[in-house]
Amino acid sequence: MSEPRTLLAIDHVSKNFGRVTAVDGISLDIRENEFFALLGPSGCGKTTLLRMLAGFETPTDGRILLDGRDIARTPPNKRPVNLMFQSYALFPHMSVRANVSYGLEMEHLQKAEIRSRVDAILATTELGPFADRKPEQLSGGQKQRVALARALVKRPRLLLLDEPLGALDKKLRGAMQLELKRLQHEVGITFVIVTHDQEESLVMADRMAVLKDGRLLQCDTPHAIYEHPAGRFVADFIGVMNFVPGKVSADGVIAANGVRIAGKVPATLAPGASAVASVRPERIRLFPSADAANRTTGTVEALAYQGLDLQLHVRTPLSPKPFLVRVTADAADRRPVSAGDEVELGWDAADVRIFGE
Amino acid sequence: MAPALVWLTALMVVPCALVLALAFFRRGIYGGIDYTFTLENFGLVFDPLYAGIFLKSARIAGTATLIAVVIGYAAAYAIAAAPRRWQPVFLFFAVLPFWSNYLIRTYAWIVLLNREGLITQLLRWFGYTGEPPSMLYTEGAVIAGLVYNYLPFVILACYAPLSRLNPELAEASRDLGASAATTFRRVILPLTVPGIAAGAVFVFVLSIGNFVTPALLGGGRFQMIGNLVYDQFLTANDWPFGAALAMALIAIMLLVLMAQALAADRAAGRAAEANGGADG
Ligand SMILES: Nc1ncnc2c1ncn2[C@@H]1O[C@H](COP(=O)(O)OP(=O)(O)O)[C@@H](O)[C@H]1O
Ligand SMILES: [Mg+2]
Repeated sequence: MSEPRTLLAIDHVSKNFGRVTAVDGISLDIRENEFFALLGPSGCGKTTLLRMLAGFETPTDGRILLDGRDIARTPPNKRPVNLMFQSYALFPHMSVRANVSYGLEMEHLQKAEIRSRVDAILATTELGPFADRKPEQLSGGQKQRVALARALVKRPRLLLLDEPLGALDKKLRGAMQLELKRLQHEVGITFVIVTHDQEESLVMADRMAVLKDGRLLQCDTPHAIYEHPAGRFVADFIGVMNFVPGKVSADGVIAANGVRIAGKVPATLAPGASAVASVRPERIRLFPSADAANRTTGTVEALAYQGLDLQLHVRTPLSPKPFLVRVTADAADRRPVSAGDEVELGWDAADVRIFGE
Repeated sequence: MAPALVWLTALMVVPCALVLALAFFRRGIYGGIDYTFTLENFGLVFDPLYAGIFLKSARIAGTATLIAVVIGYAAAYAIAAAPRRWQPVFLFFAVLPFWSNYLIRTYAWIVLLNREGLITQLLRWFGYTGEPPSMLYTEGAVIAGLVYNYLPFVILACYAPLSRLNPELAEASRDLGASAATTFRRVILPLTVPGIAAGAVFVFVLSIGNFVTPALLGGGRFQMIGNLVYDQFLTANDWPFGAALAMALIAIMLLVLMAQALAADRAAGRAAEANGGADG
């Protein structure tokens, strides 16, 4: 496989609104044809960054290179980039067809070509039967697809989506996540999606960037970020994590009760420093064999079935919060547990991640 | 409901019916009314002399409407584009003239447009030495007075839909490749037309029947329909003809109002139909 080509380079971009720094020196490369997610809590600057890519905000500092050309100051109507708005922003006085045709009319294409391209995208997004409806006659999911079709029909180099599934109910969201991914594959356009939902970005993204307070914390594949979070915030924000606070020792973290959690200590942490050892719920085994490097006993406080998995809340002496433990239903059947039971937990040193405070 | 109906009947329906009835009688020889039925008052309305005044009134009202809409829409647009917390302040200043009396506001224009008025003095201050321009007692002065007096209505009527417009619609248009001008023509204007129509009808209806502004700013011999009606009742003492003119004027106003109501109804009907379709 050849080296993936960089389509968009965000180069030390900052944006201030008066005294508020919404985006703070972010550098990112987005590759041709990838599904890229910008993830972060509300207010971390995702929308601002996206609006700079679309041309609605000008960076206070830095460059935005599309195919190597700086577009930071190019007006939105002169960029081969389209934005799908969080509110969809469909033109209420135009039919679905007119909404979708609008962008092509702006390119002064032949009527026949506009018609065939619009028909094609309406078919792809399964909107054909609704072509003559007004936006107000559509359901939330249909509006979302019109907004998508309206942007896609322009065949942009880059499609930006601001929380595209935010307005949909949970069930529809799940379906649309897969649908978006299928569409992206089908049209072969680079997608940059903004979301505050970590699960959504894990499901959809080829690569993702985690932002906080306008800064980039980590940029990698969902798998790499999940397995090797760059810091405590990312570890906590992505997926579920159990934390054991303590002091750094040579080969682990000494918890408050004196028990050592074995794990690889990052070089940046000096012995004696405050740190947290962390482990994912699915890495913890119930009643482990004798070779588990880390073990503890605890009391089951609650159980919840989640499909094939059983989720346990286990109170342990290691941390003030109960441990979350995920075991397969099979394992639970072999040795049933119920609330109030004393259990033993164990996990490997390789599954432990240690972060500074 | 009932008291409103009583008031409406007493103050609107009865006087109008009386005036309408008056129009079907002859004028008495020494003024007054000769109670014999006739249609000739209405025939006289179409006499070129009077029909001409109707046309002139419509032209003046139309011009005033056009100017008021252009200025009013631009002002409303600027106010709606201002920071949210400043908008009420700007709106307050836009409607400020309303707090003074109509006559006083119109007299102010006399002070402004007079031969040695403020404008002439301003010109002199800039070094103009020639004859003072004749601005007062012209059709232009009447139009300026009408525009000035009714402009706040247009600003308010246009501000309502402009301030409610989702700014992302204009952004979406730009994003899809439209210039600022195209965005205005294809997105902003169509979505704010109801406000323009409401403001325009208001200015037109109030202008075409106006008699104070033409009397004060147009000079004694300047006549619009309103002045004509006034003269028939109070100077010429021809009440039946005055009544026929008044009825013709009311008919024109009703036509304009009905046309607008019908158009608004159509738009609302389309929306309702659209909603019905969504349920089905
Ligand atoms: N136009 C603006 N004027 C002033 N502050 C803004 C503006 N847009 C965004 N901000 C501020 O910048 C920060 C980031 O906002 P935003 O990009 O919308 O975050 P997100 O989309 O991640 O929720 C917030 O603190 C927000 O209040
Ligand atoms: Mg946002």
